[in-house]
Amino acid sequence: MTGAVLHDKGHTSKGHARMPTLAQTYRAIFLRRMFWISVLAAAVVVSLVLNIGTGPSGMSIERIVAGLFFPGSLDPSQRVILWDVRMPFAALAIVVGACLGLAGAEMQTVLNNPLASPSTLGVMHAATVGASLAIVFHLDTFGISENYVIPVFAFAGAMASIFMIHFLSRTFGATVDTVILFGIATVFAMDATVSLIQFMANDDSLQQIVFWTMGSVARATWEKVAMVSAVFAVCLPFSLRHMWQMTALRGGEDQARSFGVGVDRLRTLVLIRVSLLTAIAISFTGVIGFVGLVGPHIARLAFGEDHRFYLPGSALAGAFILSGASLIAKTLVPGILIPDGIVTALIGIPLFLALVITQKRRA
Amino acid sequence: MPSLSLDQVSVGYGARDVLKDITLPVLEDGIVLGILGPNGVGKSTLLRALAGLQGHRGRVHLNGEPLTGMPHLKRAAEIGYLPQALPQATTLIAYEAVVSALRAVRPDLRGADVDGAVEKVFDQLGIRHLAFQALGKLSGGQRQMVGLAQVLVREPKVLLLDEPTSALDLRWQLNVIGVISEIVLSRGGICLMAMHDINLAMRHCNRLLVLSRSRVLAYGTPAEAMTVETLADAYGVTGRIETCSQGRPYLVTDKLSS
Repeated sequence: MTGAVLHDKGHTSKGHARMPTLAQTYRAIFLRRMFWISVLAAAVVVSLVLNIGTGPSGMSIERIVAGLFFPGSLDPSQRVILWDVRMPFAALAIVVGACLGLAGAEMQTVLNNPLASPSTLGVMHAATVGASLAIVFHLDTFGISENYVIPVFAFAGAMASIFMIHFLSRTFGATVDTVILFGIATVFAMDATVSLIQFMANDDSLQQIVFWTMGSVARATWEKVAMVSAVFAVCLPFSLRHMWQMTALRGGEDQARSFGVGVDRLRTLVLIRVSLLTAIAISFTGVIGFVGLVGPHIARLAFGEDHRFYLPGSALAGAFILSGASLIAKTLVPGILIPDGIVTALIGIPLFLALVITQKRRA
Repeated sequence: MPSLSLDQVSVGYGARDVLKDITLPVLEDGIVLGILGPNGVGKSTLLRALAGLQGHRGRVHLNGEPLTGMPHLKRAAEIGYLPQALPQATTLIAYEAVVSALRAVRPDLRGADVDGAVEKVFDQLGIRHLAFQALGKLSGGQRQMVGLAQVLVREPKVLLLDEPTSALDLRWQLNVIGVISEIVLSRGGICLMAMHDINLAMRHCNRLLVLSRSRVLAYGTPAEAMTVETLADAYGVTGRIETCSQGRPYLVTDKLSS
């Protein structure tokens, strides 16, 4: 029989009678992470306030504060600027950033690929094709607002591309690098398709498509903010419901399966959610790259990969990045509003390269 | 009491069968089975098939019920599987990894029960000192210990361990084998381990299965299964089975068979 158990007696609980339990020690880590999540949430609020306070009309801080609490105290034009321009603008940056951050985080987990994000794998570009088709064929003329038509088409495009990448990487047993190559191919293919649609479009549609490809939160309205928020609010509870399964998945796919996690089902549900979040986020802003890539990385560095922290952390980081980027876009060149998509790309590309390099080093 | 039976089990990738017609006497409570055989013979494939990660033909029965068609949650509650390759670059800390192994499929558990179970398994394996380190920063052997903790915390009756000691030094090898035997013998259960170290297997397993050329070459107690002939046939190595001063058999290898 097996006999001789050389069990390490020094480590049994008896020897640690007065030591704190692991759960007690972990509580300190838990609280520290909750603290930093709160700090990040506070930073998002600060960026929101700064965003509302910044603009070409030069309203003073006192007037803004007064206008927020007593809208009646402002004259009508200032009230419109504050309530119908600046506030939806600032709010849209936050909710779109949060959607992209959450989408990127979930994508990175279920594709087991730290370089995955709606922009690096071409999901956004496929959504652009969907939206461009909706624009160019004037599908909104059938009596449905473009606010609904464009998201539906963007969602179809996003979902088609994401499941194609998923299918290809499954079929060919792809590594992290190969999936990125598929993504690059998707980006090029979709860009070419968008160019073709632009080539065929009339002037009105062309202008609208170009606006799309240069992503900006500038055309925000409360209706758009409400729609993006609603989708985010619907997706988040489902994300949080899957958080332990996704955490288990980070510990290895085979192991997660052997714990009883239905990995295939989980992956499909998550990818549908990612398509939905990406499509609704950029339906009203156009292509905004790198928020969904960089947000999750910041969250991972700050909070680790326990998805109880990683998912909300990524959403908050995404919100903060886009909110900050839109602030930069407003203030960089006085009087000129640079599209946010350009700002996030300019900030995101060096970060992306840095990630690729560190990824290579780890491999 | 758990029982596991394999009847004419074949496992393959595509058209090629890696394992053919594997039939074993029913494995019952208290069996610690070492699976031996040369590289690529299908040791891991057999474990993956039993863990439900790979399709198989033939009949596998767990506690008298066919494994095929068993709901995966039910199967997962009975079977714990430790793969050979463990997670690489992740900032997940060991404690969270072990908690997630429970929480992912048992949302019904109370916090205190989870804390207690996790605490127990870290103590059992003697790896409290690893609890708050990121998996990505651990050595291969340490990751293997955390992987084992993830398996044991769920208290499955059947353990399928793919080379659980391959990355461990001598002390930790004995520790792991000791803990596993203790669990199987005291709590009840069955353990199947793919192994490379024949002496470790002969010393600590009560049954050995030697695979060769996709089939069962030998099965039985260590003394029955591991003979000079088996060694030559499976590994192409000439050696002797000696008896140590305490009367236990051990293997001395001489040379490659010509």
